[in-house]
Amino acid sequence: MKNLVVIGAGMASGRLLEHLFEAAPGAWQVILFNAEPRGNYNRLMLSPVLSGEKTYQQIVTHDADWYAAHGVDCRFGEPVVRIDRANRTVYSSAGGAPYDALVIATGSAPFIIPVPGSDLPGVVTYRDLEDTNAMIEAGIAGKDAVVIGGGLLGLEAAAGMAARGARVTVVHLMGHLMERQLDPAAGYLLQRDLERRGIKVHCKGATKAILGHGRAEAVLLEDGTVHPADLVCMAVGIRPEVRLANDAHLEVERGIVVDDALRTSDPQIFALGECVEHRDQVFGLVAPLYDQAKVLARTLLGEAAAFRPVQTATKLKVTGCDLFSAGDFAEAEGREDIVFRDPGRGIYKRLVLENDRIIGVVMYGDTADGNWFYGLMKDETDVSGMRDTLIFGPAFQGGTKLDPMAAVAALPPEAEICGCNGVCKGTIVAAVQGGATTLDAVRACTKASGSCGTCTGLVEQVMKLTLGDGFVAPASGGMCKCTDHSHEDVRRLIRSMGLKSIPAVMQELGWKSVGGCHSCRPALNYYLLAEWPLEYQDDRQSRFVNERNHANIQKDGTYSVVPRMWGGVTTPAELRAIADAAEKYAVPMVKVTGGQRIDLLGVRKQDLPQIWADLNAAGLVSGHAYSKGLRTVKTCVGSEFCRFGTQDSTGLGILLEKLLWGSWTPHKVKLGVSGCPRNCAEATCKDVGVVCVDSGYQISVAGAAGMEVKETEPLAATPSEDEAVEIVTAFVQLYRENARYLDRPYKWVAKVGLDWVKAQVADLPTRRALVERFEISQSVYRRDPWAEHSTTAATPRWAPLADLTLEAAE
Amino acid sequence: MTVFVDIGALDDIPRQGARVIRTGQGCVAVFRTLDDRVFALDDRCPHKGGPLSEGMVHGDRVTCPLHNWVFDMNSGAAQGADEGAVRTWPVRVEQGRVLISAELVTRSHAA
Repeated sequence: MKNLVVIGAGMASGRLLEHLFEAAPGAWQVILFNAEPRGNYNRLMLSPVLSGEKTYQQIVTHDADWYAAHGVDCRFGEPVVRIDRANRTVYSSAGGAPYDALVIATGSAPFIIPVPGSDLPGVVTYRDLEDTNAMIEAGIAGKDAVVIGGGLLGLEAAAGMAARGARVTVVHLMGHLMERQLDPAAGYLLQRDLERRGIKVHCKGATKAILGHGRAEAVLLEDGTVHPADLVCMAVGIRPEVRLANDAHLEVERGIVVDDALRTSDPQIFALGECVEHRDQVFGLVAPLYDQAKVLARTLLGEAAAFRPVQTATKLKVTGCDLFSAGDFAEAEGREDIVFRDPGRGIYKRLVLENDRIIGVVMYGDTADGNWFYGLMKDETDVSGMRDTLIFGPAFQGGTKLDPMAAVAALPPEAEICGCNGVCKGTIVAAVQGGATTLDAVRACTKASGSCGTCTGLVEQVMKLTLGDGFVAPASGGMCKCTDHSHEDVRRLIRSMGLKSIPAVMQELGWKSVGGCHSCRPALNYYLLAEWPLEYQDDRQSRFVNERNHANIQKDGTYSVVPRMWGGVTTPAELRAIADAAEKYAVPMVKVTGGQRIDLLGVRKQDLPQIWADLNAAGLVSGHAYSKGLRTVKTCVGSEFCRFGTQDSTGLGILLEKLLWGSWTPHKVKLGVSGCPRNCAEATCKDVGVVCVDSGYQISVAGAAGMEVKETEPLAATPSEDEAVEIVTAFVQLYRENARYLDRPYKWVAKVGLDWVKAQVADLPTRRALVERFEISQSVYRRDPWAEHSTTAATPRWAPLADLTLEAAE
Repeated sequence: MTVFVDIGALDDIPRQGARVIRTGQGCVAVFRTLDDRVFALDDRCPHKGGPLSEGMVHGDRVTCPLHNWVFDMNSGAAQGADEGAVRTWPVRVEQGRVLISAELVTRSHAA
């Protein structure tokens, strides 16, 4: 078998290998070198990784198993240092590999502007997973970040960092953002959208230097402006990575020069991807790279194939910024514009025509018809017959407004649906007719919507058209029937769009119902108060009855009342007050709870303010036994009395409860602190458990003893009580900020992965920032609800509004 | 013709909330929507007797706090897959006062 050596495991070479193994498995023995210590992942999805919507595991396209299954000899983390053309061998630091054919797929390297300070720590590029992780690990929440470069990559980096809570400024050399894809008007709308999400934009900004002592602290511009920056991200462009080709004396211009068959000046050596130059053109978008992969696979199998680049369309993968751009829209002799502008809705559409053909499309705010225009442009359709309604899209070309499906139905089979993978409508229809009836199946056999995913809706529409009633739409990921946005999307948009009330969320995110429902309203109320603790006004009517009445409703409409006993410790005076209250309000049952508190069951609603006035007077406060919030901290006796107890577990439990009480969380949270591994407080099946040992404190999390029973998993161990408290607090805040409403910690941890949680809590600056944000929130929420509700002024509201039985008796 | 009696001020009922009135035929929940419309329904879910007055009000619907049955407050009909209805009572607002069908008073007279 002949040897094929591939240098670079990126998206282009990944696709090449797929085509190769599919068409002729076993034709080549492949050796794959990669400088990065891993296989291929979807680089288009780095922005969602940066913003925290996805993890690395979710964007891997070819893992070790895939390579192994195809017999690929992987040399990851081994950069190739030399190509010996005479002996047809490539050398890495670890040794040589002979080849019969060689493919160079080294991609491109980010361009760094050589200004003073560009080599300071804290200056990063945005290109691969290392860059992305560097930005995440910099712990940028609450810090200043400057992105140099307002192109596609730069804006995605900016949005990702803003989603992680950084104060972001984008510095862009040109007069408007994304000037290669957008005209000034659309650039302005984009800028306005970004600014609305708190991202500052500085256009016409030329970077002069990066300032800082020992690490980046600020960016100085030519006009004298100084933008503070804990992190500087350079995203000003890429250049083909051609060093190996240069050293091997292959023909290189801007990129490695290849012919239509992707062959370099050496007939045994091929190149593809961002490192190549084909007919004076270099490539940065993924669609032409995938075309190259297809062509090169055929070349390597001895078939004739030729690469013909086509114009590609651009979308920006920043949620909420809807833009579409394709073709040429510069002003020139003989060109005409059709422009549609609706400033109120932030919609702008522009078509550039030449000789009755569309040669450029820019759309902002409403991009639904983008692919239709793009199809007309690629096919060079004569549009003179529909000029007067052209800008309104396909729905208007029949004279009457058609339903949205009609727009998709009107697309010809060769219309491109998935820009990333160059999949046209006909291919999807054929796949569906061939038996691919689910989105996953269509994805698997056509790649449509498998990359950036923005065309998923279109693909589904094509499937629906083909299958008719046989099409079952996948379950919506929306948080409830009122919206298609997922919980995660809503949280992120609340943050990035600065939404600060339930009506604002419903308005801006297009809620489909009037006033939401019992399922989304409590979630929104929680997300808002967690995000804006100082500004948001809690909406009592969006709370479930238990939280609205600060007591648990029972099946007969009465309530149970549970006063807080810090760490399960009480006094004779408190017990007396509880006993008195129970007698005075004729409480039918007094019971000890599983969390070491006393439950007064069967209290009538109108008695709640009075019973609490009495309990408050004795110094007791609400136990929040009804809340999606901190419930109890269960403790054992600890070192003070127990002959085995190693630390003051009772004291630590009380300390933690006094710190955490009153805080609202996505679901209820229960803690346990045991004084020794005998675990009398049952700490190892709580949301957070602390087990005291001789050497200090073992903190474990994500246990459960409810619908599921699950042991906690170790989070950290520390000799210091202060640090234990800090770690527990940081974990609770991390849960508050990230979990979906009604997910207990064990469910949330399973979703995000314990390793990620550990990393956040272990990183000192991140941990401190979490604790700080928790304290800010607690400055508002660490209070007893009954202190305000059991006043005489508030009391009447708990009783009936009127008693018509009395009137009737008169 | 329905005769109405005054049961209190509209402002005594929280927006998107309810207050209960006691009548000779059981408790009636008087709801106030976000846009200040009022509805009166028996305060008893036909499912397991949950107090609808403690439910969440969204649009002109209310969700029972015990098991999340949803009712259209115009008709009292259960929504979705659930079947059943809650009795509704004529109610209206005049000059900031809430007026309810006097039937709720007179019937108990007769009883």
